[in-house]
Amino acid sequence: MTTTTRPMHLAAHFPGVNNTTVWTAPRAGSQIDFSSFEHLARTAERGLFDFFFLAEGLRLREHHGRIHDLDVVGRPESLTVLAALASVTHRIGLAATVNTTFNEPYELARRLATLDHLSGGRAAWNAVTSPDAFTGENFRRGGYLDRAHRYTRAAEFVATARELWDTWTPDGTPRPFAHHGRHFGIEGEFTVPRSPQGHPVVIQAGDSAEGREFAASAADVIFTRHGTPESGRAFYADVKARLAKYGRERDELRIMPGVTFVLGDTDADAQERAAEIRLQQVSPQNAILALEQVWGRDLSGHDPDGPLPAVDPDPTASATRGRVAHGDPLETAARWRALSERKGLSTRQTVIEATGRQSFVGSPRTVAERLVEFVAADAADGFVLVPHLTPGGLDEFVDRVVPLLQERGAFRSEYGGPTLRSHLGLAEPVWKG
Amino acid sequence: MSATAPLHLAAEIGGPPRYDPAHYIDLARLAERGALDFVTLGDSFLRPGLDALAVLARVAPATHRIGLVPTVTTTHTEPFHVSSAVATLDWVSRGRAGWYVDVSTTGAEARLFGRRPAAPADELWQEAGEVADASARLWDSWEDDAEIRDAATGRFVDRDKLHHIDFEGAFFSVRGPAIVPRPPQGHPVVVVDGTGGPAARVAARHADVVLVRATAPERAAALRAELRRRAAAHGRDPRALRVLLALTVDLGDIETAPEPGLESGPPLSAGGSYYRGGPVDLAELITRWHRGGAVDGFHLTPITPGRDLERIVNGTVALLQHRGLFRTFHPGGTLREHLGLARPANRYAQERGRA
Repeated sequence: MTTTTRPMHLAAHFPGVNNTTVWTAPRAGSQIDFSSFEHLARTAERGLFDFFFLAEGLRLREHHGRIHDLDVVGRPESLTVLAALASVTHRIGLAATVNTTFNEPYELARRLATLDHLSGGRAAWNAVTSPDAFTGENFRRGGYLDRAHRYTRAAEFVATARELWDTWTPDGTPRPFAHHGRHFGIEGEFTVPRSPQGHPVVIQAGDSAEGREFAASAADVIFTRHGTPESGRAFYADVKARLAKYGRERDELRIMPGVTFVLGDTDADAQERAAEIRLQQVSPQNAILALEQVWGRDLSGHDPDGPLPAVDPDPTASATRGRVAHGDPLETAARWRALSERKGLSTRQTVIEATGRQSFVGSPRTVAERLVEFVAADAADGFVLVPHLTPGGLDEFVDRVVPLLQERGAFRSEYGGPTLRSHLGLAEPVWKG
Repeated sequence: MSATAPLHLAAEIGGPPRYDPAHYIDLARLAERGALDFVTLGDSFLRPGLDALAVLARVAPATHRIGLVPTVTTTHTEPFHVSSAVATLDWVSRGRAGWYVDVSTTGAEARLFGRRPAAPADELWQEAGEVADASARLWDSWEDDAEIRDAATGRFVDRDKLHHIDFEGAFFSVRGPAIVPRPPQGHPVVVVDGTGGPAARVAARHADVVLVRATAPERAAALRAELRRRAAAHGRDPRALRVLLALTVDLGDIETAPEPGLESGPPLSAGGSYYRGGPVDLAELITRWHRGGAVDGFHLTPITPGRDLERIVNGTVALLQHRGLFRTFHPGGTLREHLGLARPANRYAQERGRA
């Protein structure tokens, strides 16, 4: 088995709201009750993970103008859940996704600094932008920002938060601040002293050129979708190469793809379980939904066990709102058709195969080995694990894979320090008062 | 008001800024040992200190029964975020959350956000009322049984039980529904300091608990009667309003005050009521006002939380309990149960039922 001297970083994503959570499984529990968050966070801490990660939702998805009803939906607000989790965990980092489009720097910087104090230096912020006016209908600001401005606002937002986090001197003296930029003109006094980590850890998620540049300039961790070795290596090289122009070292940014895993006693067992999970994730109704998302048409009468529709997608239509669309629908349809013809797959089988993102499938030994290889090949610095089950989906990984990683020296055997920055091997930011 | 109506007691645990959660956990546990209905934690964007709602979320798993009521302001915040955060506090505390509604009146606060100038209190409280209204609708936007997990049809939720609120106010609009499912209490408990004019209007319409400031029982009784009359005018059950006297207390080193009562110290703020004396005399005062039917209870703000809250719980409350005037344990699990307030019906479920 491969060994590496570069230890990996591990984080856990709470599998709440998405179409990959298998809510029909007998062991599936609540995605709302605090006990679910407590279970997963404590499991991740038992596994010595770097951090526990929560996504964000600001508008329920709609499909054909009606609220989408097939997937797990409904979640509590992240920063409040994490503040409560700070009470029942001791070392693990606590990361919240909070968008920069529908918040204001003063308030959010204060909430994040508060979480850092309440957790003894374990706070992280995944800074994202919100996609559209659809989400904006829930907010005072509405959907006023085009794509380019979303990122300039995000960059200025993070920079402004950092200015606020630096307003108290390290010896605890508050000083006034004034920020007058393109998006924000604010001044006054920040109410929270410099937090235990100096600044909460900043995470960036997203894959666009703007997103990569933003991450290279400002983020401590980048959360990516590149869960295969090939795309991972290309992404890793690209983003790490962007750091130098901001005067940053390669080790100042951790690259962590979000990945799924399926374990079994043997590789064959795991493959069988993985296939079962895909069938649960892509119900006949969900197969039609996936089809409609690409085709942009009402296909409610289509037989999921029959072939793909003969008609072409309507590239101008958008059946689903509240979810980020990926790729050109005509290209996607062509790819799906080729796949379906080549393998003789039904609509549902095609969707299962085309949309599958099960990154690591195998026995604990196989999965451990692949994770180690992935990091050794410079395809990532670690992983954000996305289990299929709430809240017990990480138990097996922590019990069976983590010990194998530790045996090989590929993962820590104890927490080295109290803060998330210490887990990630990131220095405390220099005070720039 | 019958003299046997239950007495409600609450305490503020803020004070000079502290940044370690253990401080707040200790105070909340102390109040919980005294079986108080709830603790409040004041907040503003100007006051040095941590975000109050987050602090009480941190306190929630470290306590079991005590109600947790942070101040969350409505002037420079997003109503959708406010409603989500308060609902989440209710989830993480398993039904013990409240929301002390307040506004930001100063230019200094406005400059921290740079989005709008300071505005008159009338306007800000009108907006606060809209935020309370929109929040209550968002809390109802999921019916209690909206999550169905129907494997046979593949449906996780029954979308007929999820509702756009389509709130259009003078200050903002919210489409809805909420992201957070309906919280355990249905609606977390809304607390408003209803002493001032514009705040009293919001309190009568939206609050479950109203704090009033008065220096004589007759004045407090009149304020309560007026609040109830206005609540009834809004179509509310006036008995579902708890009116607590807001009292700043300094239990100092004085074991017994020569002149117990509200007049024994200088008022701390305009219209504020202030008590300086010993814990036993405070118990006498509470008994007298409550038996006289002036108020439903008291919200006590200790001058020095660590010292005075200990004296309130181990002195004043212990004596009230000994005399059978205050409960010795929390018979229920939620803050609404402590306050004797029913879990609100869901307006959308009711509308559907009528349709």
